[in-house]
This record gives sequence, C-alpha cells and structure tokens, in this order.
Amino acid sequence: MAQITVKVDGVSRSDEVEPRLLLVHYLRDVRGKVGTVVGCDTSNCGACTVHLDGQSVKSCSVLAVQADGSDVLTIEGLAGTVDTELHPMQEAFRECHGLQCGYCTPGMIMACVDLLNNNPNPSEHEIREGIEGNLCRCTGYHNIVRAVQTCAATMANGSAGVTV
Amino acid sequence: MTTTEAKTDTVFGQPLRRKEDAHLITGRTKWVDNIQMPGMVHLAYLRSPIAHAKISVDTGPAKSYPGVIAVYSAADFGAEMGFMADAWTCHPDMKKPLNPPLATDEVRYVGEPVAVVVAETRYQANDALEAISVDYDALPAITDLEAATADGSALVHEALGTNQCYHLQTPGDSYEAAKAKADVVIKRRFRQQRLIPSAMEPRAVVVVPTVDDFTMYSSTQIPHVLRVLLALITGVSESKLRVIAPDVGGGFGSKVACSAEEIISLLIAKRLQLPVKWNESRSESMQTVHHGRDQIQDIEVAAKSDGTLLGMKVDLIADLGAYLRLFTAGVPLFGAAMFNAIYKMEGYQFNCQTVFTNKCPTDAYRGAGRPEATFGAERIMDELAAHLGMDPLKLREKNWIKHEEFPYTTISGSVYDTGNYEAATARAVELFGYDELRAEQKQRRESKDPVQLGIGVSTFTEACGLAPSRALGQLNVSAGGWERAEIRVTITGKIQVISGSTPHGQGHLTSWSQLVSDKLGIPFEDIDVLAGDTASSPQGLDTYGSRSLVVGGSAIVKACDKVIAKARRVAAHTLECDPDDLEFNAGVFSVKGSPGSKMLIQECAFATHLAHNIPDGMEPSLNSAYTFDPINLSYPHGTHLCAIEVDTETGFSKIRKYVAVDDVGTVVNPMIVEGQVHGGIAQGIAQAMFEEGIYDSDGNLTTGSFVDYLVPSAADLPSYTTDRTETPSTDNPIGAKGVGEAGCIASTPAVVNAIVDAVRHFGINDIAMPCSPERVWRAVHEAKQAHPHGGAAS
Repeated sequence: MAQITVKVDGVSRSDEVEPRLLLVHYLRDVRGKVGTVVGCDTSNCGACTVHLDGQSVKSCSVLAVQADGSDVLTIEGLAGTVDTELHPMQEAFRECHGLQCGYCTPGMIMACVDLLNNNPNPSEHEIREGIEGNLCRCTGYHNIVRAVQTCAATMANGSAGVTV
Repeated sequence: MTTTEAKTDTVFGQPLRRKEDAHLITGRTKWVDNIQMPGMVHLAYLRSPIAHAKISVDTGPAKSYPGVIAVYSAADFGAEMGFMADAWTCHPDMKKPLNPPLATDEVRYVGEPVAVVVAETRYQANDALEAISVDYDALPAITDLEAATADGSALVHEALGTNQCYHLQTPGDSYEAAKAKADVVIKRRFRQQRLIPSAMEPRAVVVVPTVDDFTMYSSTQIPHVLRVLLALITGVSESKLRVIAPDVGGGFGSKVACSAEEIISLLIAKRLQLPVKWNESRSESMQTVHHGRDQIQDIEVAAKSDGTLLGMKVDLIADLGAYLRLFTAGVPLFGAAMFNAIYKMEGYQFNCQTVFTNKCPTDAYRGAGRPEATFGAERIMDELAAHLGMDPLKLREKNWIKHEEFPYTTISGSVYDTGNYEAATARAVELFGYDELRAEQKQRRESKDPVQLGIGVSTFTEACGLAPSRALGQLNVSAGGWERAEIRVTITGKIQVISGSTPHGQGHLTSWSQLVSDKLGIPFEDIDVLAGDTASSPQGLDTYGSRSLVVGGSAIVKACDKVIAKARRVAAHTLECDPDDLEFNAGVFSVKGSPGSKMLIQECAFATHLAHNIPDGMEPSLNSAYTFDPINLSYPHGTHLCAIEVDTETGFSKIRKYVAVDDVGTVVNPMIVEGQVHGGIAQGIAQAMFEEGIYDSDGNLTTGSFVDYLVPSAADLPSYTTDRTETPSTDNPIGAKGVGEAGCIASTPAVVNAIVDAVRHFGINDIAMPCSPERVWRAVHEAKQAHPHGGAAS
C-alpha cells in the first residue's frame, strides 16, 4: 500500500491505496466522487475525464499514486454551487440539449472546458477535433458542438471566467 | 391552501429545457455502479476464450485467493438457475436450444460465462479469475452464415441436428404474377453487417437481499419485464422482487434483456444473503451484450420501363448467434412488413432463414428489423433508378402512396394511418439545394475531378409504437404491448406521474410534464415523474420500439382525462352546478355563462383530500390510472438527403451536407425530438461508414474494444440540417408517431446511396458496409482496372 495526498474538488486528504489503483477508482470508490464514470477499458471513451493540475486527463489512464500531491477537479467541483451557479459549460450543455442519457456528460464537459482553456475561440472543426477523445452515443455531437460554441461566446462576452 | 395562479400559456410543443439535466451536468447521478452498501461483495465472471468447446471446470484453486468469498460454476446452481428466456415463437418448426446462464458442459461463443467469483473488492474478484481451471476441448467454430446452412456443416447445437432455427417462406404467387408483367427485373445482394450497440454506460447490477425479499438495481431498459422474467426463471416470487432502473446510460435495445448476470447476481445474493454488485468492463460488454443486424439480403424488384414498381421479393438469411435472447429470432420478422416501405406494388414475397453460429447472440438494436428492411428497400430503389436512368426522387414519387390515399393498406398488410411523403420530400429538397448539387455533381464528373460528389436519397417509413397486444398475440409474441400510467394528485396540487415506460436518456420527465401540464393546466414545475421502479410503478412494459410517447404518453393523457372527470364532480358540487355546466380550461373549472364562478383544479385536489364536502359516494381521491393498448402501430416517415464527397484517389468520404425532414406526427418537445433525430442519424452513419463487429474464422471477436470497433467521434461526423412536417397519427390521442429510431433507420441508406452515387460512373453498383476508405478505394481501383479507359456503363 502507498500513502497519497490528493486534493479533490478543493478538499485535500491522505489515503492508503494499492499501487495499482486507477485514479478513477480512487475518485469513485475511495473519495466518493461517483460523478466521474467509467465507460471503457482502453482509454477511448473519455467518460472518466477530469482535470489533473489544470490539464484534462482520462482518469482511467492514471494511477492514483501518480496523482499524489496533485490537485484534481471533477465534474462535481466544476460548479460554484450546484443550486445557483453552474459553470457556463454546464449551462451551455443544458441550454443546447448537449446530453441525453448523460453518461458521457461529466467527461465531455471536463474535456470541453479544457478545450476552451487552450483555445477560447475554436472553429467548429477545432471543436470536433478537440473532443474526439470523448465518445457520445446519444447526441450525434451536433448539440455538443453547439454547446461549446455557445459557451465560448458567453465567456468571450465576459459573463463568467473559466475556473481552474 | 394557497390559491395557485391558473396557468394559461401552453407548454405543449415548446422546446423546454430538460428537467433531467441538472443532476446529469453536475455529476449528482444515480448510476447503478455508484451504489455502495455495507457488506457489499463484488462479482467477476470467467468467460470462454474459445468459440466452441466442451468444457470441464474446476473452481477450487480460486477459492483461496485473497478476499474471495465464493466461486461458482454451473454445477453449483444446477436447475436453480433455469435457462435464458426467449419471448417469440416465430414459427411452428422453430428450434429452441436450451441456454443455461452459466455454461454447463459446452460453450458456444467467446465471452459466454463459465464461472463467477465473489470477493470483497472488484479487484480481488478479477484477480481470482486466473485461478479457475477450465479444460476446453475445442469443437469446430461455425462462423460463416451461408456455410452454416450447407449440408454436412458442423453444428452449433448438436442436439438440434441443424443450424437452422426456422425457415419462413411465404407464397410467391403475387410476386411471380407481377414479375411476369415486368419490363425490368433487377436483383441485388446487400449485407447488413453485425453491429455492437455500445451504450456508453456498461451494464451493472446490484442486488440487495432481505431474507426472501430482493431489490435489484440494474442498468436496464425493462425493469418491469425483467422482474417477470427473473421470477419465472429463478422461482423468486414476483411479489418479493423489486427492480429499479435508476439513471441508465443509454440502451438502444441492448438493455432489453434478462441477462445471465442478472439471474446469477440474484441467486448469489439469495444464497449468501449479502448485497452483491457486478459491473462489466467494456471488453466484456462488446463480447456479451447482444449484437445487432447481421443479415444477408437478396432482393429482387420487378418494374415497368417507366419506373412503375410491380413487385418485390426478399430472401433473408439472418445470423442469430449462438443462442436465443428475448427477440433474437423475431428481429428479422420486424422487417417483414417494411421492405415494401412507402411504395405501392402488386406483388410481394418475404422469405427468411435464421441460422445459429458460434457468435454472440443478436437481438434488438435501434430499429430492430426496420433499419434492415429500409436499407434494402431504399438501396434497391436507387439501383432501379440508376438502371432506368431516372432520378431517384422521381422514381420514388412515381411509386409512393399519395397523401390523399391514406389510410392505406400495404401489400404486406400494414395499415398506414396517415402520411405526407410529398410534403416532407419537397421541404428536404428545398433545404438541400438538390438541383444545385446535381449540377455540381455533373460538372465534377465531366471534369474528371478526383473528388466526386454523390447524392443519396432515403424516403423512409417505419413502424413504431409497439404494439397492439392482439397483434402481438397473433404473431405468437409472449408479451402484450399496452402501457400504463397513473396520475397522482397531491394535497398541495402537485402531480406525480407514474410512468410504466422507463427512460434511459429520452427525456420522459420533461415530456411527460409538458403533456400533463397541457392537459391539467398545472404548472410544468409542479409535475414530477416516477419511473423505473417496480415498487412505485407497479405495471409497465418499458421502453423500446419508439413506444414511450405513442403508447405510454397516450396512457398519461387518458389518465389525465379521468382526473379531470373526478375533479369536475368536486367542482360542480362546490360551485353548486351540474357537472355538464362546467368548462375546463387551463386548470380552471368555470360555470358556462357565469365566468366569475370558478374553481382551480388544485382547489379540487385540496377539497378532495379533505373530503369534508365532496359528492356523496365519491371516492376521496383524484388519482387515476389508465392502461392504453394501441389499436395500430404508428408510421413516422421522412426524407433524408445526403451529399458526400468521395476522394477517388484515397477512398476517403466526407459528408458535405445532411438534410433530414422527419414527420413524427404531433411533437411535444421539438428540442428533444431534434436530439433524437441527431443521435439516430449518427448511429445510422456509423453503420454506413464506420462500425462492424467482426469475428475471425475461429470465432474470436476481433473488434472487441473501442480501439477496433469504430464508434464515431465528433471529428468523424457532420452537423445536420433538420426540419419537420407534422401529419398527426389518427390512431392515438396525442397524434404522435415515435422518433427514437427514425434517424438511424433513414440515414444508413441515404449515406450508402450517396457513396455509391459518387462512384457509380466507374461501373460500381454497391459497396459493402461499412464503406471504409479502404473499401471505397478498392471498389474504385478494381473498377478502373476492369475498365481502364473509363466509360463503364452506369
């Protein structure tokens, strides 16, 4: 077992973990952050995407021990408060109907936030290329692309800043 | 009570944002795999790596692994585990192989469960799988569909004496008579490749036992049906079993199942009296969740030289895989009445041979039989148009049922209630810029542009709203097709809709709130929906076959009518008038001719709950239930047009424009309908261009992960132009026709027709799906070699 200290959604904690424990299972099973989900076992689907020290990662492809000393942001920490203050990307997904079953949504939103962090004004082509590591089976991506465009426009108008 | 302002503006037909979304976009979700329980143990399955073998299993060594509580194989359960269920006896001579949930002495597909480990953690359960010892004595793997039907073929099920499940043949008289009058007969073979549904949430099951009482949480589309099947299979009393489908991450038919893992999880929870959890990996999912499609279609059409269609003959061979699941054998028959599509003809024949192979069983996948039929019909219409030198839209227009001819009884016996193919097509043509694109295509051909343009047409219909119970009975399906809803009116005037149809992404909460708000005049925000739990929703037949709004929504509307009738009595009693003298509008009962005398429906609810002064003998409750059994299927339709650029030097195809005009009848929430169309189109494009479940000759699934099975990403797909025409159904009180499957039924032939159209001048008249760059390049390359100077006949 190894001791790790990880800040998750603003809360730091130390835990004893098996060296082989995946970060996504650490988040879900140890830290109770079940908003982040697992959709595959080959790092293709992106459902488990979180931000690790400000960068988007697939948390099924990171060991918990590799996150020792790091700051992890999940979908559950993205909003200021859930009731009143959603992140503009969350708002945009709702406004544009960018989700149906919602299973890919946590990872998709985290990937889209990262995309705009790196490129605040992407073209449709750049959005599509930028989220190709995240699979959605319900929406056909049309409304996800619109959500990213909507969010980019909202943030360009200065109505909210990007967290992280 | 506080008097609520009556709601006057209607929410029906508005693109209201979904109530479902708040918890999904913030990660406050209720997936089965999120559930943790004190003392919960975890299951992991050992699955056969061999497609066909005699087996002997020794679980002993695994039992001493760290954290292991128990290890079971078939011998540990014996008769207690029963056999997997099938729900459709399609033919009197149908062969039904027995399929125990855990393999007893023989495995018949890669992934078939052989043994199960119970351990304290999921990692420990998976670790111990390596210690289970299984001897596999390999038998021949039967993987080729046509070879499986040949005399002397090795057998998937020795005891059946054949690989054929059934062979349905219908009389050929009408087709032969039509053919005798024909100027033109063309025949094509189309291959419907095997698809893997790939819902984003893998399956997961939790069972919580309390002595002889069980609660199962499962990622299922069918909690009600599942409860019945589990009771019948395991002997656990239906009344002692509660099944809950909490948040469910997509299904597309793949979670219309009573799986081996659900059966075994229940039995283990019963035996150990511990909460158990199983969640599958994606790799397990790809191998074992039922697959879809997989047919060879031989289609012949007979026509006059002016394009008048005379008849169609369809010969199918369908790959069932190794065993029967609920509707495995019947899926091809869902298409039997749909190959004739929207076209008038004099003769029709449908024959269907179904075959067992050593592969994962097939069953319903988004569309289930209708995508296959629509593909066959729309592809061969393009082939006929090309043969006759006609525009494919003109050929369709010449043969489709005119809007004034509805209701129309088709050659295969379906009664289409309403439709307007002219209107949908005209709108699609306008949005698409059909003539301009045809002109560009001509120009590119003449200039021998390496990037050719193809235009694909699909004027589809499908059958939705499963289903009239009596019709299912006539087809020997072991289920009814009704749906139940209940409206609970609380003392404070809020509504709980108890929905028998169970959502897994469709937006029931929002659409049902709109329906009820419109009917009862109660604010949208004051309406909630309880679904997916057999305790709160005691009866239901769940969600598949684009049925939720058509059948379940109709039950809601009818239940609302009963609520209004009860409330009317209370209002009349209070206002001291005759019930017939009351008008009900936007939640308010008012006395005709005396508009000041009125009572809100919420006030009726409060008065009814108090029951201090309601009509004599009246039950003090407005709650009402209705079970709606449709009188007919519904027939949405539409016209999809696809323009695709094909690089003839690389084989790479790029969709340039995709226009979909769908007529799904009356629409409750256009935003949700549009979303369903988008997602459906994407899945249809996926079949046309990307996805294929491939087995090698030894029966290994070589596309067993998302690395090899190409679920398209955002980078692979275009944006879509969508619009609607609205021709309401006359067979249900809403006028809805169903939209869940339309997109993927329509888009596959539109895309393939476009790709073939782009390269037809090379002499190409088909490219097998998925039309990958390699296949397109090979087709072009081979055609060029066969006709080195160009000039191939079109």
